[in-house]
Amino acid sequence: MNLVVNGKTTNMSDGVTVSQLLIRENVKMPQMVSVELNGQILRRSQYEETTLKEDDKVEFLYFMGGGNVTD
Amino acid sequence: MSLTEQQMERYSRHIILEQVGGAGQEKLLASSVLLVGAGGLGAPAALYLAAAGIGTIGVIDGDKVDLSNLQRQIIHHTPDVGQDKVVSAQRKMRAINPDTKVRTYNQRATADNIRHIVADYDFVIDGTDNFPAKFLINDACYFEKIPFSHAGILQFDGQLITVLPGDTTCYRCIFSAPPPANAVPSCSQAGVLGVLAGVIGSLQATEAIKYLLGIGDLLTGTLLTYNALTMEFRKVRLARNPDCPLCGQDPQITELKDYEQVVCDLKDCKC
Repeated sequence: MNLVVNGKTTNMSDGVTVSQLLIRENVKMPQMVSVELNGQILRRSQYEETTLKEDDKVEFLYFMGGGNVTD
Repeated sequence: MSLTEQQMERYSRHIILEQVGGAGQEKLLASSVLLVGAGGLGAPAALYLAAAGIGTIGVIDGDKVDLSNLQRQIIHHTPDVGQDKVVSAQRKMRAINPDTKVRTYNQRATADNIRHIVADYDFVIDGTDNFPAKFLINDACYFEKIPFSHAGILQFDGQLITVLPGDTTCYRCIFSAPPPANAVPSCSQAGVLGVLAGVIGSLQATEAIKYLLGIGDLLTGTLLTYNALTMEFRKVRLARNPDCPLCGQDPQITELKDYEQVVCDLKDCKC
């Protein structure tokens, strides 16, 4: 099935969950990511149980600071 | 208030814009913007806002200029190393535009001081570099109902969103709480392209000016993301979150709180 992940169409096997998508998309630090599915922010506790469907739109939203790591 | 002849000339490129005009320029001269952080994002924002003739600019930062700041914090120059950032920033803004009054707060933003400070301004720019401060600004602006621009940068990526507290998606609608300490990027994953801070900080200043003038479309309910390597800008629509612990249906946050700051010190790092 096709999903749109951060604006790009991506082919994934049927039945993939949000947790699995985070792994397949090589998100190294899932704690630094918030997930929006079809316009709604998911709770972290929903990642495991949420199965994605054809044409779902997923946005991985990253925590970003200010680039100054010494402070 | 009417513009002097010198001001007519100084701001002529604004005044000839139909959407600004003399009345818009007078509005800017009567407006106030608070910059939280005089670093990578705050530097270009401060320079452009001073040049634009914002009447009062507040700068809050408790740091001193470090040599490693100069790669991106263009308001600070080599002779400023070791000086208080707010003093260095104030001097440059005054040199650009004597019309702009600069108020300095030589301190960190904390739960004890920030709410009181943001309340004095029309718009706030979050130019901080750490998550506890970003949550503090979001919450303080929410409680005081002050609009603000949030931004973050990392490596080659940047993002920003404008928040009209209580009306549009806030930072906590997206991220309910700061990331856990062990998840904050390690040194090898940090770093930032200097000019990226200039791009994103300038976009924040653009939002401030548009808000103050009441023109155009703000980045409300919309996260604008930018990647400097691919040169792609994307707008991600973000609806308000009914589960938001601050502005949702059942808010759990009713007062400001300082979160512990997690730091990665390059000086102690073998990367």
